[in-house]
Amino acid sequence: MSEEVLQQATPGLLPGAGTARAAKPTRLSPSFISWLQAGPMMLVFLAFFLIPLVFVVIVSFWDYNEYQLLPALSGRGYTDTFEGCIAQLPDLCTIGKTYVMTLKLCFMVWAITLFIGFWVAYFLAFHVKSKTWQMGLSLLCTIPFWTSNVIRMIAWIPLLGRNGLVNSGLIKTGLINHPLEWLLFSEFSVVLALVHLFTFFMVVPIFNSMVRIDKSLIEAAYDAGASGFQTLVNVIIPLAKPGIVIGSIFVITIVMGDFITIGVMGGQQIAAAGKIIETRVNALQFPAAAANAVILLAITFLIITMMSRIVDIKKEL
Amino acid sequence: MTETTRKTGVSRRTLLKGTAGLAGLAAGSGAITGFPYVKSADAKVLRYLGTAVNEGDDISKQCLKDTGIKIEYITATTDDVTKRVMTQPNSFDVLDTEYFSLKKLVPSGNILALDAKKIKEFDNITPVFTKGETPGGKKIGGQGTAPWKVLYLEGRDSKKFATSATEFVTLIPTVYNADTLGIRPDLIKRPISTWAELLNPEFKGKASILNIPSIGIMDAAMVVEASGKYKYADKGNMTKEEIDLTMKVMTEAKKAGQFRAFWKDFNESVNLMASGETVIQSMWSPAVTKVRSMGIPCTFQPLKEGYRSWASGFCVSKGVSGQKLEWAYEFVNWFLSGFAGAYLNRQGYYSAVLSTAKAHMEPYEWAYWMEGKPAEKDIKAPDGSLLEKAGAVRDGGSYEDRMGGVACWNAVMDENDYMVRKWNEFIAA
Repeated sequence: MSEEVLQQATPGLLPGAGTARAAKPTRLSPSFISWLQAGPMMLVFLAFFLIPLVFVVIVSFWDYNEYQLLPALSGRGYTDTFEGCIAQLPDLCTIGKTYVMTLKLCFMVWAITLFIGFWVAYFLAFHVKSKTWQMGLSLLCTIPFWTSNVIRMIAWIPLLGRNGLVNSGLIKTGLINHPLEWLLFSEFSVVLALVHLFTFFMVVPIFNSMVRIDKSLIEAAYDAGASGFQTLVNVIIPLAKPGIVIGSIFVITIVMGDFITIGVMGGQQIAAAGKIIETRVNALQFPAAAANAVILLAITFLIITMMSRIVDIKKEL
Repeated sequence: MTETTRKTGVSRRTLLKGTAGLAGLAAGSGAITGFPYVKSADAKVLRYLGTAVNEGDDISKQCLKDTGIKIEYITATTDDVTKRVMTQPNSFDVLDTEYFSLKKLVPSGNILALDAKKIKEFDNITPVFTKGETPGGKKIGGQGTAPWKVLYLEGRDSKKFATSATEFVTLIPTVYNADTLGIRPDLIKRPISTWAELLNPEFKGKASILNIPSIGIMDAAMVVEASGKYKYADKGNMTKEEIDLTMKVMTEAKKAGQFRAFWKDFNESVNLMASGETVIQSMWSPAVTKVRSMGIPCTFQPLKEGYRSWASGFCVSKGVSGQKLEWAYEFVNWFLSGFAGAYLNRQGYYSAVLSTAKAHMEPYEWAYWMEGKPAEKDIKAPDGSLLEKAGAVRDGGSYEDRMGGVACWNAVMDENDYMVRKWNEFIAA
């Protein structure tokens, strides 16, 4: 099944389908070609991701003073971070509270973007027949990215603010007497802004999975007497799973590390894992920042591992 | 290399540069006729790292006209400026930074002190910096990193601050101001006279402070002291217990919903105030001016406990020497010679050398900005836009009253590391 799907999407990639390769005059071993194809990306990854990451991990175990790193083994970055986590029980320590909040926001944003993203993708894949319209409509999803982050953030104030459009509208219609304070600088506004931004990252991979679904499978389900709901649950969702997981990984990793949107929309009053790192970096406490980065990375990695346990992406692709 | 250039007139490198320039011009002439071009190709350029405060285009244009020095601005936030000095000391020539970051910068050895003897106007620098008093003789509050505590080094390469005047100056003063709370008088509708009002439940959900820990905690300390909860020995250098106490007061207020939002950059503070999301918040002078120029009433409210002040100045990167160092001195001397000072004064900041700035301002401007007198004519910003109509008086009044009323200075505490952790806890609460 999975091979079929891949072949449909990218003909020529699988062995046996390689008509293009046969036409080549010089014979290069297939493995060499694969290395050549993957090589540039691998080098970029190595130079700009893996090596810096190793440095981050090393620095996280260093000591520091007001103005420099001290390259001596020290767990201070970590012990400081978990300061009070046992002493303050049953209350949560700073890092505990921060991660509870980050995970909560992450879960809400994930659930909402998944719900909206799934149906947008469903609509694009199954209800929009023409390729041009599909393209055009998916481009519409990129609109939130057309302006700069800062402008987009500031633009929410006239809409959701105390004297903003929504509040003044509601007051005029007589639904409320006092402006709703929770519309802005609250968890609500953070989730709203994140959903608004990142639903796109859910739509694209799910749509991509859905267009690869063989239409005859759906017809077969229909012929076999499945209801629309049964087809959705038993045919479409299982086949769209890789897209769902990839979209989820996008959204979760971005939201876990986000502190700019959370900062601006939460009025800087909502803790975020990324924010702790930023504060530490700004105070030139690089090892402490690195330790927090390692913790964030570990937690994000854990979530992604759990998700890929649920769906084996490699197999599904 | 520059030495040989001066002696022989042409070196291999300048010649190469010159010919490259000539090729661009397609002059087709020989190296000899191209000689004047060689000179100009070795342009006087200084890379200027700083926050946006001093970095006006008008200043760099005027500087180029007067001295031939081309200023290339590298603009960053206060925190990022410090970070850059620490991590990339060779990426700038002249540094414009605040005195409170010196406690980090000087021990790093990445900056060079300047020689007071080479600064023409050094003796005319306001006594605010050198003696801790106003020209009129008022003593200024010295809590925190007051500039006169860190103005001199013991020697050129010393990492120790001198207790008395030496010729090695850490930062040649340029600009400073006295900060306080900004309020919306039209929405508050009653007089505000103390920092304690920031936590007054009357303004629940309508107050704000800055989310820059080292500055935010000073404002918080002003509030704690004003409300009579505690009296600090030095607000700018708290003990761990004092930090705990300050953050506890702020955390309770935060949990009770006192704050609408915290702000981090200039525009955020302007937006919060202009949109009426907040009615009382810590603020910077030009942000108040910006709100007012939008036609919205906003006051930079003088308070009885005094102002929190800040100051910045120039030094150079450790990588600057020879000819480039001479240009840096030329530039600093130019900066203190009046044009830039007048420009800064007109924005509501203060210039370090008052006499030269005064010579570059109209008498009515000086009377409004510096003497606290009602404006005789409309007051305009450096870009020509209207700031105040005739008859207006500056918030807080004269230079003597405002600088004389300073209670503390922006600071880096000895317990900075602990404070930053507590600040994160406050945000997470």
